[in-house]
Amino acid sequence: MSAVSDGYDNPEHAVQDHAHDDEEAHGSRKGYWIGFALSVVLTAIPFWLVMTNPLSAQTTALIIMAFAAVQIVVHMIFFLHMNRRAEGGWSMMALLFTIVIVGISLAGSLWVMYHMNANMMPAMDMQDMGGGMG
Amino acid sequence: MSAQVAEFDRDLFHPEEEPHHAEGSSTMLGFWIYLMSDCLIFAMLFATYGVLGTSYAGGPGPKELFELPLVALNTSMLLLSSITYGFAMLNMTEGKQRATLVWLGITGLFGAAFLSIELYEFYHLIHEGATPQRSAFLSSFFTLVGTHGLHVTFGIIWLVTLMVQVARKGLITANRRRLMCLSLFWHFLDVIWIGVFTFVYLMGMLR
Repeated sequence: MSAVSDGYDNPEHAVQDHAHDDEEAHGSRKGYWIGFALSVVLTAIPFWLVMTNPLSAQTTALIIMAFAAVQIVVHMIFFLHMNRRAEGGWSMMALLFTIVIVGISLAGSLWVMYHMNANMMPAMDMQDMGGGMG
Repeated sequence: MSAQVAEFDRDLFHPEEEPHHAEGSSTMLGFWIYLMSDCLIFAMLFATYGVLGTSYAGGPGPKELFELPLVALNTSMLLLSSITYGFAMLNMTEGKQRATLVWLGITGLFGAAFLSIELYEFYHLIHEGATPQRSAFLSSFFTLVGTHGLHVTFGIIWLVTLMVQVARKGLITANRRRLMCLSLFWHFLDVIWIGVFTFVYLMGMLR
């Protein structure tokens, strides 16, 4: 019962939370510059690696994927102002749920389609299945 | 016992006075959830590109088609538009209407520059015969990058609309809320572009 009533009976608490969110929701000039500077570095290095090829293709691919992942987090924090408290935590919940779904669908699609491609082409096409198909 | 439960249910689900929510207080969360669903659309397009991206059908591949300096220029346009939108939001918080409009205008120009460069690239590709019909790689490439470009296009239309709104009505609460939604949308498109330039352009050149 107390858990239920907490949601309704403490309007002061809710109001305070909201005011707090609003302050952080727009970020600061410094925050935007930090995000921008990090993004420039995290973009420039992958482009430089691919344009000048100092490393093997595989190493370069791993590095630029890591840089992309870091840059996405940088954008989330400094530009989209994501934090665990925004909208009472529901923004983060929605984000985590989306990341799980995106992960499953991307990894699943690539995995399944790669194996379909590798195992069904070209030896097992319809002609080779022969007799039974009549 | 059951009467008690019924009373409890009535209090919980049909309160005599609706809990007070300020107008638009749930808009930001709703818009965020829309962005997450948009994110799933892009995830599907990335997955499609991941599966079909190496099926050239004897046609040209990324190495013959992509020009990295152009992509780098494009990326910088979008990144610059992200920070100028940030400055617009900071000025909005301080209630400076004129500065907000100026920064929004600059953001729009960077967005338009991004789109122009992308259209120039598409025009070149199609001129060289690398049309979406040429191969599965090009179909998925145009779908993914084109969908992002379409989002930027609508973002610019929304931006201009809001500039007119702010110029006419000022930085009223409703306009602030709309500007914050567009802020999420605009920065979200930049996040998607990180995936595009990394997985489509840079990884394409490594193949």
